[in-house]
Amino acid sequence: MSGGLNLTLRVWRQNGPGDKGRIEEYQAKDINPNKSFLEMLDVVNEGLITSGQDPIEFDHDCREGICGMCSLVINGNPHGPERGTTTCQLHMRSFSDGDVITIEPFRAGAFPVLKDLMVDRSAFDRVTQAGGYVSIRTGAAPDAHATPVGKENADAAFDAATCIGCGACVAACKNASAMLFVGAKVTHLSLLPQGQPEREERARNMVKQMDEEGFGNCTNQYECEAACPKEISRNVISNMNGDFLLASLRK
Amino acid sequence: MQLDAKIPSGPIAEKWDKHRFNLKLVNPANKRKYKIIVVGSGLAGGSAAATLGELGYNVDCFCFQDSPRRAHSIAAQGGINAAKNYQNDGDSVYRLFYDTVKGGDYRSREANVHRLAQVSVNIIDQCVAQGVPFAREYGGLLANRSFGGAQVSRTFYARGQTGQQLLLGAYSALSRQISVGQVNMHTRHEMLDIVVQDGRAAGIVTRNLITGEIRSHAADAVVLATGGYGNVFYLSTNAKGCNVTATYRAYKKGAGFANPCYTQIHPTCIPVKGDYQSKLTLMSESLRNDGRVWVPLNKGDKRPPDQIPEEERDYYLERKYPSFGNLVPRDVASRNAKLVCDDGRGVADSGYGVYLDFRDAINRLGEDAIRARYGNLFHMYQKITADNPYKTPMKIYPASHYTMGGLWVDYNLMSNLPGLHVIGEANFSDHGSNRLGASALMQGLADGYFVLPYTIGQYLAQHGYGNTDNTGEAFKDAENEAQARIDKLLSINGKRTPDSFHREMGKLVWDKCGMARNEAGLKEAIEKIPAIRAEFWENVAVVGGGEGINANLERAGRVADFLEFGELLCRDALERRESCGGHFREEHQTPEGEALRDDENFCHAAVWEYQGQNATPKRHQEEMTFENVKLTQRSYK
Repeated sequence: MSGGLNLTLRVWRQNGPGDKGRIEEYQAKDINPNKSFLEMLDVVNEGLITSGQDPIEFDHDCREGICGMCSLVINGNPHGPERGTTTCQLHMRSFSDGDVITIEPFRAGAFPVLKDLMVDRSAFDRVTQAGGYVSIRTGAAPDAHATPVGKENADAAFDAATCIGCGACVAACKNASAMLFVGAKVTHLSLLPQGQPEREERARNMVKQMDEEGFGNCTNQYECEAACPKEISRNVISNMNGDFLLASLRK
Repeated sequence: MQLDAKIPSGPIAEKWDKHRFNLKLVNPANKRKYKIIVVGSGLAGGSAAATLGELGYNVDCFCFQDSPRRAHSIAAQGGINAAKNYQNDGDSVYRLFYDTVKGGDYRSREANVHRLAQVSVNIIDQCVAQGVPFAREYGGLLANRSFGGAQVSRTFYARGQTGQQLLLGAYSALSRQISVGQVNMHTRHEMLDIVVQDGRAAGIVTRNLITGEIRSHAADAVVLATGGYGNVFYLSTNAKGCNVTATYRAYKKGAGFANPCYTQIHPTCIPVKGDYQSKLTLMSESLRNDGRVWVPLNKGDKRPPDQIPEEERDYYLERKYPSFGNLVPRDVASRNAKLVCDDGRGVADSGYGVYLDFRDAINRLGEDAIRARYGNLFHMYQKITADNPYKTPMKIYPASHYTMGGLWVDYNLMSNLPGLHVIGEANFSDHGSNRLGASALMQGLADGYFVLPYTIGQYLAQHGYGNTDNTGEAFKDAENEAQARIDKLLSINGKRTPDSFHREMGKLVWDKCGMARNEAGLKEAIEKIPAIRAEFWENVAVVGGGEGINANLERAGRVADFLEFGELLCRDALERRESCGGHFREEHQTPEGEALRDDENFCHAAVWEYQGQNATPKRHQEEMTFENVKLTQRSYK
């Protein structure tokens, strides 16, 4: 096929959490620029499988940028070079023939590598379990129109709620801080009347769990915002700090 | 096979209330003695697991993803229907019920659909209370949009990410139950089989996708919320991991599989570009609120769209269906796209695409208004195609998206296998042969929040608690069978990858059993699929071992089940000698080319009973009776 890209991939291979890991090189030949990045990896893996070698393990599922399952650090950038784009939505037209592409897992102490490019992000689930919800039982809700919410707040809450929980913010941060992730949930619920009763408790409990999981602190360089595929604003961090401060003062 | 739908007697509007009163209750002190397994954590599974946990049951919930928040419900874009009538445009529970039965081309179960419409209003209340940030108007009240097959605006939405926001709502409720210990969550676990003991579903067998461990789990009841089988076509809008394994395994253990031929081909997806693609991407139906669908009037017109004058454009949906226009139901929109493309008037390089044009809406409302409504969709489209839809029309074409068929269930959402409950897309009951837009989210959450938590009590109260011993023979047999299958896959050492087999069969099923089907084609597919399957079991390449992470092995197992299921799908399509909704048999159409039903002979659900490997399955029927909605030729003119 004409116009296909020939690429050299430098891929992190690691057999398991205890393995030291190493970079290995693979050639990706004649890649259609309209392929997605993961489709390019599929081709490499098909080749590995048919030649009896272990394919490169990576997480993925929806392949339309919303489930948050895909990850990868591509040439040093979580989810690759394009802004506001998950790895699964990154297309090979963003690369040029002859490029050398380095592919590594999301790295953070709280995200241990499981195998190759797959990491364990269950810490995010545990942070959510610590308070990322409104405590309401099924069936206990009043009519949806009983509580109006101004459009501005509703829209801002939505913007924070678009977080897909991928962990790029953590991978981008030199301190492996999860504050963009936690701030997004705290902000989403703080902006809505439904989130008010548990507002302070939520910030306190989520931050506590975040610390216990081993995520680092924020030193205000906002690599997280730059890496976020949903372009969540750094402002969610100050919102979270505000709620946390209030909670601490009152305790 | 006994198929008693257990539909309550009495007027349709009173059935559910009456039934709820008659259902047996489980005493609050006893609920904690029961254990329930929920497989799947999407809208149906997540909401069911959370609600059952709130009620006090002990729940074990399983998903194959690394977090319950990633189930494919998350990708639903457009919205969720509810009969709130907040727009004062004449909506009601009865109208939503009527539209859904009609939209399903009179092949769904009336009583279930009416219940769905009734609880739809509770869903919106529940989600708002959880903090789901639905779109709102400036006055602070909820906004609505229109969807296909309806002439009222009853669709609630959160930009183009409604599924995400609803799933995160269910996930938050589930997280709360996990934190208090009511739900034990097992991520990265795949269900490989159902365990049947003493004639009831007694548990499941899973594989831990990290360690490779195969083990069984026993429970007092099992709930499958494992989604649809749209990936049977290989290319679909489903996530890569979506599969038929859980429901197909249940079918092989005796659960009836109803209407597998009812597949929904969604009209607005990004067209297939080449044979390298791993999946297709949906563009929400909501875009048809403002986008106009057209193709060039003349065959072979290769001019760029902006150079084709108005009089040489064919807005074929507006022309053929003036009262519904671009908002005809999905099956009608898809079939018409295929017709104009087969006629040689399609666009895109392949000739299999039509335009979805926002020019007029942008001129009328401004680019900002369009961005506010569909920003993320336009962004996604541009990412994938490198075209800017604000400047040039989108190119779209139908693709496999949803499956209306599924495991047969009664009014209590229990399959014919006692104890096995099936909810959400995985069951068959509510959408007939065509689902209306924004009704999947409604059904998933209706089943999980408001139906199953009541109806499962009936079964539990009758069968007692404490069935949590997984050491019986049936459990050991099921574990050994699952292990043997994995060992077999690993021992073949063939030359072709699982994906290559999946692509081959997917293309065959798409060609012969996709948007249009005929007897000769279906017979051909039924003959060819076993040959593909036979080659798979001799020549599939699965590397690595059974222990530890092995995505290649996981795929091989799922593809193996699709290779059997594809045949069942075609067989069902062959035996249904009529057209209805998404099932279009070319031999059965009206003079205008619309689906022509045969109510005399096919006003029933076809329910398939497994008869053994390579034996023809047995076809049973559940008659669909319509006491409230009159059967007519569907018209959207």
